[in-house]
Amino acid sequence: MSQHLLECRHVYKSYQGKTVVADLCLDLVAGEILAVVGPSGCGKTTTLRLIAGFERPEQGEIRMHGQPLVAPGVFIPPEKRRIGMVFQDYALFPHLNVFENIAFGLKGWPKPQVQRRVEDLLALVGLHGMARRFPHQLSGGEQQRVALARALAPQPQVLLLDEPFSSLDADLRLKLRVDVRAVLKGLGVAALFVTHDQEEALFMGDRLVVMNRGHVQQIGTPEAIFARPANRFVAEFMGNACFLPARVTTEGIQTELGMVRQAVPWPPGTRIDLAVRADDIGFDLHGTPNGRVVGRIFKGMLNLYQVELASGQVVPALQPHDYLVPLGQPVRVYLSAAHDLACFPAGGEDDFEASLPAGQEPRTVDMAHP
Amino acid sequence: MRMVLSPAQGEVIFRSRLVGRITWLYLPAFLIAAAMGLPLLYLGLRALSAGPAIWEWLGRVQSLQLLLRSLGLALAVTLSAAALAVPLAWLVTRSDLIGRRIWAAVLPLPLVIPSYVGAYLYVSLLSPHGLIPTLLTPWVSRSAWPSIYGLGGAWLVLTLMTYPYVYLNARAVLAMSDRTVEEAARSLGYSPWATFWRITLPLLRPALASGGLLVALYVLRDFGAVAILRYTTFTRAIYLHYQSSLDRSTAALLALVLVVVTVLLLVIQQRLARLNPAAAVHAPKPPPPVALGLWQAPALALVLLVVGLGVGMPVGGLIYWLGRGIRAGETLGAVSAPLLNSILAAGLAALVTVVAALPLAVLAVRHGGRVSRALVGWSYLGFAVPGVVIALALVFFGANFTPALYQTLVMLVFAYVVLFLPQALGVLQAALRLVRRNLEEAAASLGHSPGEVFRRVTLPLISPGLASAAGLVFLTALKELPATLLLAPAGFPTLATRVWGAVSEAFFARAAWPALILIGVSALSMLWFNRNPMTRNEPNP
Repeated sequence: MSQHLLECRHVYKSYQGKTVVADLCLDLVAGEILAVVGPSGCGKTTTLRLIAGFERPEQGEIRMHGQPLVAPGVFIPPEKRRIGMVFQDYALFPHLNVFENIAFGLKGWPKPQVQRRVEDLLALVGLHGMARRFPHQLSGGEQQRVALARALAPQPQVLLLDEPFSSLDADLRLKLRVDVRAVLKGLGVAALFVTHDQEEALFMGDRLVVMNRGHVQQIGTPEAIFARPANRFVAEFMGNACFLPARVTTEGIQTELGMVRQAVPWPPGTRIDLAVRADDIGFDLHGTPNGRVVGRIFKGMLNLYQVELASGQVVPALQPHDYLVPLGQPVRVYLSAAHDLACFPAGGEDDFEASLPAGQEPRTVDMAHP
Repeated sequence: MRMVLSPAQGEVIFRSRLVGRITWLYLPAFLIAAAMGLPLLYLGLRALSAGPAIWEWLGRVQSLQLLLRSLGLALAVTLSAAALAVPLAWLVTRSDLIGRRIWAAVLPLPLVIPSYVGAYLYVSLLSPHGLIPTLLTPWVSRSAWPSIYGLGGAWLVLTLMTYPYVYLNARAVLAMSDRTVEEAARSLGYSPWATFWRITLPLLRPALASGGLLVALYVLRDFGAVAILRYTTFTRAIYLHYQSSLDRSTAALLALVLVVVTVLLLVIQQRLARLNPAAAVHAPKPPPPVALGLWQAPALALVLLVVGLGVGMPVGGLIYWLGRGIRAGETLGAVSAPLLNSILAAGLAALVTVVAALPLAVLAVRHGGRVSRALVGWSYLGFAVPGVVIALALVFFGANFTPALYQTLVMLVFAYVVLFLPQALGVLQAALRLVRRNLEEAAASLGHSPGEVFRRVTLPLISPGLASAAGLVFLTALKELPATLLLAPAGFPTLATRVWGAVSEAFFARAAWPALILIGVSALSMLWFNRNPMTRNEPNP
């Protein structure tokens, strides 16, 4: 018996000859929230629909509690899977009120139990007294809560959430994701959460699945993915990293901003790219200038500067909100990171496959760093 | 300038002084609205003048029977049209039916056949001396055929001619509706079949109700088909009473009852049309069509049956009678006089209707106050009133008060204006809404008076709408039957009255040419209807 609640093994799906999901492998453990994140068109929604049973994969197996949902000769229809789904546009039944929407999945339950279950769920999602309203009488956030309650009502084994916050205002989105995470964790429901927003993924997921162009790029905890991206795509998409050309030497890594003392698995002389983020770079007005301020975005708590280096490369750098430097100001730029930086062989495409040694399996790479 | 917060849009609208200065439009608008209501008002007075006899008449069993016949036919046709339309719409939108794109395009075609032309073609094919019984005499005796006349025939023919109203509504909803709602039901444990009954069908209900009411209205207002098929409903009874000339207040009373029923239905239909619970959100990728498997053959058989009966038979019949007619020496030239008469009457109607509709449309769009809304609403009366009723009212009115105009083209054109003003109003209002108000304000700020602004900015911008409205009224008037029949001057045959006359005497071949032209005209006006979102969904009898 597998200890996994849900498993996808080598799942492939294509539309009209175009591969949308390729060799998808992932596991979901009981009580875990797995956040699937990637740019639009990366195959994350298709992944969800394959698991829900709205799409049939061409190849591969999907199992729940070790029992196949999809396997050669097996296809369990969506209504038999006990997998709940919260849709991007909520998909509330417009002709039914809130109570009837939530009770919809409670087929065959005795009436008093239905009543109690719906009331419990209304209380859980904070919609007390709204039972008789119709979907069009609710705000976006309230509709979202009804959708969650409806999906949770029949006690599904797994809950799927397809970009559930994407049609809400920024403020509401922040509040709701805290609430939804609390509800899911409180009930101990295992959930697969799809989003294109990396920040949302980092917040919601116990683990993250980063996808691009139908392939899984990396699976791991938010911290691991942020600190040790498996490839250039992950570094760029999850951390807004930029790449600093560098060369491996016997003492460390030689960059335009000085020597980085860090062990790498490549021989001296290898050209590599160092992934650096705005929080890894600092600058000041002391010493010999090696760069020039070319832009500043005021972020409220922080200033995000753009600094052009002597080579012409532009890098981001964070400074406190009261640290103001005029545009064009020559500055001394340095690497301020106290941790190891991710590095990749130089000249690679952003496509992750180029950054992996030939023949290596791209999936479930937890870290590229030795 | 006043700032008005529009709650519907949550945006600020500036009401400029321009608006205040178009109030002089109220005068012509009032006059036109009054003219629209005049015939009906007179009809009411006339009916009431019968005195206590009214109550006696209303209490009679015959009157109740008549009401039941009309409503019964309307109900039966509505139910059978819906029963055909829903599976057809589902098959062409959701299943992998062979040739579903072609069927989707062919299925609405019966709409282009005017009801009396359709009835003529069915009678010419299926009556005891029609084509099909004649061809089959060696095998089936003529008397063995079920009669095309009466309830059965009217039911069949009207169902075949009206199911597209429900079909088009259902197809639109099925094609646009948010399918994630159905997926949500599946994920909550419902099978595809249960999902259809619990989710898809309830979501279709408003569209079905609104389409069904269109069908019911069509049947209640229809004059030509029920008359040719010899099934006595209100419209036919009115006509027969009028023809017998003895009992005109009974005809007026019948007409009034019919108006009350149609107005009621129309009000319900408008309410329902506004109700739209299903938010149309497209799923990122529409799910694959449902595989019919073994059901492919029966599904195809159903579609073929409907297309065969609804489109194939009338078209085949028309071609046959056209051939017979040509061999018998019927030429297109023989209908040149009716054609010219039709064009003359319909052309005048189009011109007058558009001119009359313009002030009302401007008031409604640019000055949405209570009075202008009431005026426009009142002018929609023609839409609720069957042609035979308007015609009858004008006959009474003309004979008593304006004998000089009675039996002249003026009276006929006036009837057309009353009947088709709502169509023109719809198109013109849509055109006016597309003209952004700040264009007019810009012209005013450049020193133009309201009159100049209208002439130099608004009018040129809505000219396509004017042409559209005129074209629509022209085409609809061309095929109008009952008012033409009652009001056309003596010796002024039109295409519609020519078809009617020939069919009444069973000269089927003689009716073929004018019927062909009328179908062509009807097809054109249908295109006009569908092009304009304002007029879509409204019946086009």
